[in-house]
Amino acid sequence: MTDLRALRSDFPILEREINEHQLVYLDSAATTQKPRSVLDAMDDYYRLHNANVHRGAHTLAGEATQMYEDARVTVARFIGAEAGQLVFNRGTTSAINHIAYGWGLNHLKPGNKIIVTIMEHHANIVPWQLVAKHTGAELVYLELSGDYTVDTTTLDNVLSNNVKVIAFSGMSNVTGALGPIDELSQAARSIGALSVMDGAQLVPHTPVDVSKLDVDFVAFSAHKMLGPTGIGALWGRPERLEEMEPTEGGGEMINTVGRHESTWAPVPHKFEAGTPPIAEAIGFGAAVEYLEAVGMDAIEAHERALTAYALEQLAEIPDLTIHGPMDVELRGGSVSFELGDVHPHDIATILDQDGIAVRAGHHCAKPLMKYLDIPATARASFYLYNVPEEVDALVESLHKARKLFGLT
Amino acid sequence: MTGLDELYREVILDHYRNPRKQGSLRGDHIHAEGSNPSCGDEFLLDVAITDGVVSDAAMRGHGCSISQASGSMMMDKIVGMPIDDVREIVHKFKVMMSIEEGENPVDPDRPGSVLGDLEALQGVRKFPVRIKCADLAWTTLTDALDQATA
Repeated sequence: MTDLRALRSDFPILEREINEHQLVYLDSAATTQKPRSVLDAMDDYYRLHNANVHRGAHTLAGEATQMYEDARVTVARFIGAEAGQLVFNRGTTSAINHIAYGWGLNHLKPGNKIIVTIMEHHANIVPWQLVAKHTGAELVYLELSGDYTVDTTTLDNVLSNNVKVIAFSGMSNVTGALGPIDELSQAARSIGALSVMDGAQLVPHTPVDVSKLDVDFVAFSAHKMLGPTGIGALWGRPERLEEMEPTEGGGEMINTVGRHESTWAPVPHKFEAGTPPIAEAIGFGAAVEYLEAVGMDAIEAHERALTAYALEQLAEIPDLTIHGPMDVELRGGSVSFELGDVHPHDIATILDQDGIAVRAGHHCAKPLMKYLDIPATARASFYLYNVPEEVDALVESLHKARKLFGLT
Repeated sequence: MTGLDELYREVILDHYRNPRKQGSLRGDHIHAEGSNPSCGDEFLLDVAITDGVVSDAAMRGHGCSISQASGSMMMDKIVGMPIDDVREIVHKFKVMMSIEEGENPVDPDRPGSVLGDLEALQGVRKFPVRIKCADLAWTTLTDALDQATA
């Protein structure tokens, strides 16, 4: 296992005790903890450089603008993109809504189809439902194979000139399954449809180079990759960004404003109305620099080894069912499971008493839960700061849950 | 008792594993549904009311041990009880759980004397994020009673 243990001291919160136990944080798929460098970058901005960005003639405004735009360059570079193709927004949800409204409203017609997969997070379903309602388009779902990966064998049956969007997750936040990124984006390209990747779970954990992908749009969130909440990024292929209308009007996003009509600033600024989350953008940049310094290959290898260890240890617990691929080549580090008839909320409460943070519930993926015919799962998810002892603590606490509920 | 033993009392696990009054009612009844969208718990309730008395009730749904046991114990308590008394029990339960204002009705010297088995749910108070689980059935019941008296 790539030993990233020394990094733990960069994360102040990992020193915390919860219910008289040292925190075991296994909820990084929901949000990640922040290293000191990210906290310092944001603090430094507020203490020394705080000003509104763009158009300011004073020194601080210049510094703030430079820091904000530098963060854009850093985040774009992280995914192999140019800064001019990267829009800052509130996060993945905001980005997908932007595509659905900014592109979908102007390109979808009655009878058109939007293909999504059954393993999507609500953020990659509900915006499309909303826009489908406005335009008369229709959602079509790809379902799963026995190993929890998306079944693409039915793709040919649903592909037609009526398909205008294929939207899919790079990695499921529930099962951890990787999405069929190349297959779906190439299929979209072959029929001229828009391809949209929800990268919220993939980008933080795996090297992603958009210049090597066929995808048109990739959305991801800073807080799932060591950065702050309230900011995310939307990368788009330049010609696709040009096809998209702004969904919010206001300051910062205009070229000229007349009494009755206005013209827009160039991409990406035309999609960034109002004062942006400046400190958050700077924190996002610092988070990306941290990840780059560790190296995404090392992070991926570390998580893969840890996930393999967790799958192996969890599979030995009687009554425990894992919902996700058992082959680590097909998945990331989000591990969903059930434990006999111990409800996931009860599991989460019992684990919390041992200082272990996991998530329980439907994970904002109700169509998937219904498809799998399970009301809820408990989910442990890993990141670069997790260590095998934390998997051991999880396993030990799950045995406690079994005992408390009288499972034999 | 540790917090966990207090939370997962035997009587709670018994009601979770063997919930009372499972199913649905035939004949005239009021139906109410409750859910906690954040966690996905669902509670479906049928209540038959005859001459101002809860003459029968049935529940179904899914959720954690606390939400299901709370519902099951509620069913045990309310069947055969006049509506006004049921409302009083709802209030006492919610006060016990610190959901509504008031002085805790439970007598620590005589456990079970006021709310019966339901008093076993007091342990949930030490787990604030779980109080909404215990409350789901009761909020659904209030909805049903409001329909009955509307």
